[in-house]
Order: sequence, then C-alpha cells, then structure tokens
Amino acid sequence: MSIPTSSIEQVIPKQGAMAQPSAAARRRRWRFVANGKAATGLALVAGYLLLAVIGPWIAPYEPDARSNELLQPPSAQHWFGTTHLGQDVFSQILVGARGVMLVGLTAGVVATVLSVLVGVTAGYLGGLSDDTLSALSNVFLVIPALPLIIIVTSTITDAGDLVVALVIGLTSWAWGARVLRAQTLSLRRRDYVEAARATGESTWRIIGFEILPNLTAVIASGFVGTVIFAVMSEITLAFIGISSVSSWNWGTILFWAQSQQALAQGAWWWFVPAGLAIALLGTALALINFGIDEFVSPRLRSAGRARVRTADGHVVRMRVGFTPVLARPATLPPPRPRPEVVTPQRKEADR
Amino acid sequence: MTYLLRRLAFYLFTAWAALTINFFIPRMIPGDPVKSLISRYQGQLSTDAIKSLYVLFGLDSHDSIWDQYVDYWKQLFHGDLGLSFTAFPAPVSDMIGDALPWTLALVGITTLVSFALGTGLGVLAGWRRGSWMDGLLPATTFLSSVPYFWLGLVAIAVLAGPGSFFPSSGGYEPGLVPALDTIFLGSAVQHSLLPAATILISSMSGWILSMRNMMVTVAAEDYITVAHAKGLPERRVALNYAARNALLPNVAGFALSLGFIVGGTLLVEIVFSYPGLGFLLFRAVGAKDYPLMQGIFLVITFSVLVANLLADVAYLLLDPRTRKEG
Repeated sequence: MSIPTSSIEQVIPKQGAMAQPSAAARRRRWRFVANGKAATGLALVAGYLLLAVIGPWIAPYEPDARSNELLQPPSAQHWFGTTHLGQDVFSQILVGARGVMLVGLTAGVVATVLSVLVGVTAGYLGGLSDDTLSALSNVFLVIPALPLIIIVTSTITDAGDLVVALVIGLTSWAWGARVLRAQTLSLRRRDYVEAARATGESTWRIIGFEILPNLTAVIASGFVGTVIFAVMSEITLAFIGISSVSSWNWGTILFWAQSQQALAQGAWWWFVPAGLAIALLGTALALINFGIDEFVSPRLRSAGRARVRTADGHVVRMRVGFTPVLARPATLPPPRPRPEVVTPQRKEADR
Repeated sequence: MTYLLRRLAFYLFTAWAALTINFFIPRMIPGDPVKSLISRYQGQLSTDAIKSLYVLFGLDSHDSIWDQYVDYWKQLFHGDLGLSFTAFPAPVSDMIGDALPWTLALVGITTLVSFALGTGLGVLAGWRRGSWMDGLLPATTFLSSVPYFWLGLVAIAVLAGPGSFFPSSGGYEPGLVPALDTIFLGSAVQHSLLPAATILISSMSGWILSMRNMMVTVAAEDYITVAHAKGLPERRVALNYAARNALLPNVAGFALSLGFIVGGTLLVEIVFSYPGLGFLLFRAVGAKDYPLMQGIFLVITFSVLVANLLADVAYLLLDPRTRKEG
C-alpha cells in the first residue's frame, strides 16, 4: 500500500521532452497506447469501468438475497460460491464494483484538483506563498493518512460512499502537489514561458495555457496513483467495518468473510475473488503509471534485449545507461562489406 | 547543521498541526459521548475524570474555543490522554504503552528489512536492465497491489492452522507471562514470523521498483561513463558510483512514504490479532472508543515523525552537499 516513488520527478527536469506538438508529434500522440504495459492497464481499467456501470444489471442474484444453499463452494449456479446466509458471492462482487470505482475516481478527481491548485500555484508564484503551501503539503505527507482517514470517518456517523471519497481525496493530495511543484519550478524559467510573460499574458493564462498542458503526464500519473490509494483505503475502511455495511463493495465482502470465520470453515471462495479483483485493479492502474513513466522517460523501458546481435554478426551486451534503439533485423540495411578495423570494442567482443 | 535544525522546526510544526487536528476532530461528533459514558458508569466516575473527558471532547460549552484549546494543551503536557471507554477506567496512555513495543518491533524491523532488501534487489535489477529480472517486475507489481490484510488472510488460510508451526493469531502463547526470557521471546518471534513475512512481501516491491528506475536514470550520467572508461571493475562502478547516488532519492522517498507504510502495516496486526497499536485501533473503532482512537493517532504520528527525523540524519550522512551548507 506504499506509494511507489515515481521517477518522473527526478527524470523530467533534464529532458526537454514534452515539446510543442509538431505534426509528427501529434501523430505520435497515440504512441502511449502502443506501450504494452499502458495498453494492458487501460484495457483492464476499461473492463472494470464497464463492470461498474452494468454490474448491478447483470448480477444473477440480489447481493442481499438469502437462500438455503449455505456456504456452498463454487458451482454452475453460484460461480464464486455462497456465504453463510446463502448469498451469491459473484453477485456481490459485480454489484460492489460500482462503489469501488465511484469512490476511487471521485477521490482521485478531488485530490488531483487540489494537488494541481496547490502544487502549480506554489511552484509558479514562489516566495512566501510557495513556502506556506509547501509546508502545508509536507505536513499532509508526513501525517499517516490511513489512521487519520479511519478516525475521521468513524467520527462521522453513517459515512456513505461520497463522504468516504471526500475524506480520502482531502487527505491524499499532498504527494501529487509535491511532484507538481517541482516540475512547475523547472518549467517557469523556460524560454516560451518568459516569452509569454514578455508579451503581457496574464499570470492565469500563462499557468492555464503555457504550463498546465506541459504537466499533463505528471498530473495523469498523480491521478492514477491517488486512485490506487483511494481504492485501497476505501476497501480497508469497509474491511474494518467503518463505512456503512449496507452498501456493497469488495471490502464489505472481506469484512463478512473475516467476521464469519470463513478461514476456519475453509471457505476460500469467500475471500479469494474479492482480493484478486482488488489486486488486479491495482495492478492495472500501476501498469498505466509505468506506461506514463516510460513514455516520459524512454530510458526506463525494459523492452530492449540486453544481448543484441549487431549487423556484422557479433553479439554485444548493451551496457546499462544506453537505450537500445536498434531496428528490427528486417528493416536493417544489408550488411556492407567494410574494411576490417580492429577497434577496442571488437577486441573485447572477440575475446 | 542548519539543514537538521530546519527539519527539526518542520517536524515541530507538523506535530503542532497533528495535535490541532486531533483537537478539532472530536468536536465534529454529534451528540454527547461523555454523557452516555457517565450514565453507563453511574457514580463510578470521579469528578476529575469527568472534567478531563469534557476537556478532551470540547463539550465544556461554557468556555470559548480558545480556552478549551489551552486546557487541551495543559492536559497533554501532563501526559494525560484521557480514559478509555472500553477498558474503563484504564488510562489511554497505559493501554498504548502496552501495545507500542509490539508495533515498534514488528513494523519497525520489517520496514527496515524491506527497505534494505528492496533497495538491494532494485540495484541489481536496474544494473542488469534487460535481463530476466525485468520479467519479474510485473509480478512484484501484482504483489504490491494486493492489500496487506488480504495477503495476511491468505497466509493464515494456507500456512497456519491446527498443528502448524505458524500460529494464526496473538503475539505469544496464551499461557505465558510477558517477560524477558528465552521461552517468551522465542514464542513472540514465532508468532511474528507470519505477519512479518506478509508485510515484507507486499511492501518490498515498491522499493525494488523505485530503486531500479533511479539506477537506470543514474547509470546514464557522465560520471558513470567516466568510471567505466577508467577501467574500474563493474562491481565498483555499480555500487560506489551508481548505487550510492541512486540511493539518495530513495532515502528521501522512504522518509516521505513512512506514513503510508505504517498505515498499511497496522492492518496486518488486525488480521493476525497481533497485540500492537493496529489491533488496538481496530478494537477502539469497533467500540467507538474515541479517546483511545485519538491517543493512538497521536502516538502513530509522533513515531512517524521521529522515524522521519532519523531518515533525515541518514540522508545527512549519505549526502555531503547537505553538510556543506552549514
């Protein structure tokens, strides 16, 4: 449940990447989807979103409906088995998807808006407002968020999905704000921003039209990271029985499984599907973030093979630090006979 | 030195902010929790205890908010966190004092081990980019996406059970009396193996990933190329040149994400009924024991602040640039 430290913060400042879209760049805009990791992640998340919309309609049973088939293992009637009251676990998971996605996305939007407001303002304005806003976001970073969320939601009686989403969003914006501030700091002295300032554009226009578009990748990655955290927090809250037990989400299923001793009764089907659903959603979101990371900083791509056969037939091990950009063998020009020059590298390869 | 003093000032500010948040949260509770408690323990409460509870919950409506705030601080400086509702009339500070060592041992040790192991593996994976280790990255992503507590549930289902070496709950054998002897310590270690393994598995991958990415980024720097050109051994370049510089952002990230990690590990205690702060918080939430919840929140926040300060000292030792400043 830790937030993996994004490398974007450290990587971007030195790169002049994310430049103005030329015609070629515009064509390359969809290259993000061509990244295998990002494509897999996006497809999975799209699947979850679809479930969130149609889940309650396609569920074979009412999630609360009791039946006489108590604690049945998975079968044709009940794909994921039944609970101690004979409720269908598969239906509960389908219906629960909506709450999970709703809270995750709402909290993500709230936190992202806050982090953009705080981070970009702090980075662009500088001075006293920067110091104040940075101190504020650092305070929120250091205070353990989950215990705070637990206490606040348990204080509010009968917290529904929306309240939970708001509490999570209001407490988890600090990480994004920090990254955005660092990135804005490096952008605000770029030539094109200076030019915009010299032509007399207003501060808000510079921020909105010159700086924000160049922060898209950072904002997107922050949003995805917050959604991961929000989903985990929400499920945790439901699991320890704080948020209202009347609406279904995957944490509620785990809450009942735990409180009814599903483990001791060997009812693995009760808690395994919900856990896998959470893990898969988390993985999908994390994959999108890897995609963004690699899109912004090509060095991080792991696709290249370390051992490459060069055009003249030698096997070379790519040293770390170089991005293998060798074309596929089919597109290589035919090897031309060249004068045999013994370079140091060749010597090493021969040995 | 200036660096350390600045950090210290920041942590004091954060501590003040946490205490102030803690002051305002109970003032959002609708109704009068103290009155219901008083009626439950008719006549057993001393007037001092009632006054103390009223100060904590801000129900002393005769006073202004400011006076309440001053009273709250006075009480905190006496180490008075109020009385627990559930384990009445045990003071909250005593209950936390009992639970804190368990959490410090379990969470503290596993967090450090996971950071060290993860960073080490990250150095390897980053230096040998393009080898089979890249294939492991999706697997670690999956593991880090699994909620800690769910992994704990699975671990109990698969590994623990009657007759198994791993106990499924508790911090030590029920019959033993906590003492510093080999029997008790052995039992405690045996009980902490499974929770520790759960935390390790799900928290390590974050460190592997961030360290790998930093290694890949650092490895393209000019000084690495120079080190290679000088003909230094691969090992020396990897560890003394690349890893040492890649470590800095990771240590900074460690300090910042401690709050998140601690939150997650507390849940593992709930699943394993481990007698630490997380389990105590779980019981407090279930029983609506507000003074206990707030006390736990304060103690967790302060522990994280102290851990952050230690991480800053480590950063100071690692990065000469911060030392030069002063």
